[in-house]
Amino acid sequence: MVHSPAILFFRRMFRRKLVFAAFVILSVIMLMALVAPWVAPYEPTSIKIIRRLRPPGELNWLGTDEFGRDILSRIIYGARASLGIGFAVVLVSMTVGTLFGLLAGYFRSLDGLVMRVVDATMALPDILLAIFLVAVLGASAFNVVLALSIVYTPRVIRVVRASTLVLRELPFVEAARALGVSTRRILSVHILLNVASPVLVQATFIFAYAVLAEAGLSFLGAGVPPEVPTWGTMIASGQQYADSAFWVVLFPGLAIVLAALSLQVVGDGLRDMLDPKLRKTL
Amino acid sequence: MDTSHLLSIRDLEARFRTEDSEVTPVRGVTLSVGAGETVALVGESGSGKSVTSLAVMGLLPRPAGRVSGGQILFRRRSGEMVDLVSLPLPELRKLRGSEIAMIFQEPMTSLNPVMTVGEQIAESVRLHMGLSQGAAMRRAEEMLDLVEIPNARHRVYEYPHQMSGGMRQRVMIALAMSCNPSLLIADEPTTALDVTIQAQILALIGRLQRDLGMGVLFITHNLGVVAEIADRVTVMYAGQVVETGSVRDIFRAPRHPYTGALLNCLPARARHREDGRRVVQSIPGSVEFVNGGCSFAPRCTRAADICRTDAIALENEKERSVRCLRWRETFA
Amino acid sequence: MWLKLGQRLVSLMIVMFLVATMVFFLTRLAPGDPAALMLGDQATAEDIAQLRQVYGLDKPIIVQFVLWLKEIARGNLGHSIFLQRPVIQAIAERAEPTFFLALFSVSIAALVGIPAGIVSAVWRGRLLDQIVSGLAMLAANIPSFWLGLIFIQLFAVRLGWFPVAGYGEPGAPFLERLAHLALPATVLGIVNSALIVRFTRASMLDVLSDDYVRTARSKGISEARVVLRHAFGNALVPIVTVVALTAALLVGGAIVTETVFGLPGIGNLVVSAVLRRDYPVIQGALIVVAAVYVLINLLTDIIYTFVDPRVRY
Repeated sequence: MVHSPAILFFRRMFRRKLVFAAFVILSVIMLMALVAPWVAPYEPTSIKIIRRLRPPGELNWLGTDEFGRDILSRIIYGARASLGIGFAVVLVSMTVGTLFGLLAGYFRSLDGLVMRVVDATMALPDILLAIFLVAVLGASAFNVVLALSIVYTPRVIRVVRASTLVLRELPFVEAARALGVSTRRILSVHILLNVASPVLVQATFIFAYAVLAEAGLSFLGAGVPPEVPTWGTMIASGQQYADSAFWVVLFPGLAIVLAALSLQVVGDGLRDMLDPKLRKTL
Repeated sequence: MDTSHLLSIRDLEARFRTEDSEVTPVRGVTLSVGAGETVALVGESGSGKSVTSLAVMGLLPRPAGRVSGGQILFRRRSGEMVDLVSLPLPELRKLRGSEIAMIFQEPMTSLNPVMTVGEQIAESVRLHMGLSQGAAMRRAEEMLDLVEIPNARHRVYEYPHQMSGGMRQRVMIALAMSCNPSLLIADEPTTALDVTIQAQILALIGRLQRDLGMGVLFITHNLGVVAEIADRVTVMYAGQVVETGSVRDIFRAPRHPYTGALLNCLPARARHREDGRRVVQSIPGSVEFVNGGCSFAPRCTRAADICRTDAIALENEKERSVRCLRWRETFA
Repeated sequence: MWLKLGQRLVSLMIVMFLVATMVFFLTRLAPGDPAALMLGDQATAEDIAQLRQVYGLDKPIIVQFVLWLKEIARGNLGHSIFLQRPVIQAIAERAEPTFFLALFSVSIAALVGIPAGIVSAVWRGRLLDQIVSGLAMLAANIPSFWLGLIFIQLFAVRLGWFPVAGYGEPGAPFLERLAHLALPATVLGIVNSALIVRFTRASMLDVLSDDYVRTARSKGISEARVVLRHAFGNALVPIVTVVALTAALLVGGAIVTETVFGLPGIGNLVVSAVLRRDYPVIQGALIVVAAVYVLINLLTDIIYTFVDPRVRY
């Protein structure tokens, strides 16, 4: 039987049941975020003071918060901001990081400077650099994306540069060079296509880190404004009620863990599949 | 059961599990090494000779590889015969490094880079001979002397990266000899070395073998080396023994077409090639065991239809054995 | 070896310089006049003008930068108007909890992570490996502040085993400090052990298939010795690296955990500085954290020479 490469790709990837499960969970979370207005049982902002801090039950499956808002609905809507920010960070850091990684890996003259800057940003813990950047830029969803992109771009640069350094010495690239193929074309076709898979793997990991970091920033009050429901802001505003109403804190946290974990597992699955050298050691 | 030999391998079969299948790199290997005798195990890469040697040591890479059939009988110093395949691991460990020692192909990577060479020898000596740390280090020094490493007293404190490939292989030999093994397995010990160093190392192994009276199983793909060092030869092809005999017999009158082909590749023999006995057709791709029939048939210019149908047994005749249906016609 | 260390020192100094540059210029991105920002909302125009002069804010930005670098090189990280003291002093006052938190966290992470990684590598692909790898994966994806909140609920509020928050009274005995550090250090230890498990496992898998490990086995020594002496001895460099990196990043990276547990450490200082827009403190903290990172890196390079004889020459 002949299968298209896409089918073979997914087959390989889902040979491990865990990877498949993570992929399904991730898809469900993303889908729920997309169609939140139709799946959320309540408006995420509708306040019912008489029903404040209700434990999980029939009316509110995951309970209510200090304003009587439905936690499940807020988690579903929160996924929009949390995953949306994460996804935006991935897009920005992938684009910028791939560009600089290619340039640094291919042109020795740029390498030193770019890598020193990368080293410098990596000398600071992610969250510290992020909170500094948000403090400077001002707390808003846009600036959180910007700050986290600055934090995670160096990782992409490193990965792309390392692959490019190897690739540029490979016979097929040398052959292209010898044939007079333009540098731009070598970079944009021959090398870019080959760094695509490590970048893709890195993308899923950065997605997970970004979701975690966004939650951390929101929790510290240095992220998106507290009135926007994200998983981080939910925990931040709920923590003072945790003594009497643990669910206010528990469920948004579980959402973070579930999302980040699924991303990580999918990324691992991708890596195992895309990197034949690693697969052998499995 | 043959008890006159130091080591006798009977119908050894080893299997390796890969990601989606199982391969049998060694099947039906039978060979023996007598006390004080040097037996060369010859074959091309992938013929199963290294797997055979690792199986004797119980060192097949785990969990992928395992011995799936046959016996490896070894006569202990006490005279007792043990089957290394079924011997419990703790018992096997007592033999490893003490009664059976091994030298590996790659001197550059076979020594631990973060331990001094002295420590590496002393570790084995302490364990098997029960010496104290100080006495073990003195023993290490003696061993380095024995393998003709100059300035042994200082070199025991050196790390492998401070030594050349030839020196490291000498260290490996010293390590292997340190507990006076009765059997030494040398897996292509000279392949990775320069030609001049090769000769020195061969001479060293030969001298130690005579002086200490060990049995040696010498694995190589180089028949030139065999002529120099071995008493008897066992030739392997595609995981099977295809021919066994004394060096004299094998070199003078090979019976298996594959052995003949190997011999024809020797520089000294190349002159005689005009007699037109081109027996090997090179075929691209890997050498694989052929189900039903002679594994060598696809490359053999003398293969007939019967060679491709039935499994072929090892035919014994006095001190020689051969796995070929038509050897009488071919070489008689 | 000295040459190598010298080269490392130079490149780390460059890193330090770039961090300082980044911190300085990025801070200037902040909207508003830096002097006004420093003084806060109640400042008068006169105060602001005076401060501009004191800090040379009226000079060209490059000149300001050079002046600022000079001060940093002399160990002067500026002055915090809000805290009414030199930044360096404010940071020094907060260093103790952060130091001990980082120390205990990285110890827990290493004590859990390294053995788990070894076990996982040795029994690769077996159930034990899957459990360890799975737990490591889980630990890596738990937000530390959330785990902190859960731990506080469980072990402090419900069970009452540990204090809920804080660092005890000033001058409290060390044992009391320990009680306050136990939960946050455990949280950070768990979260950070994940990376150590993964590195240890990968590094061990790498060396376990090396030739000298086979040689060691051929000597008849016990499997435990093969794994712990021969394999682990060679797997140490990446493990030392990741442990050191973890320690370095914990110094400034424990912000969220310090906040959850109300530990008056550097992280806490940064958070309150951010909320007050107290830029000199933020800048100073970043410089100090980067300096610690650089120092730990140098220390790691020295440790390498003990771990791997090949580095010595």
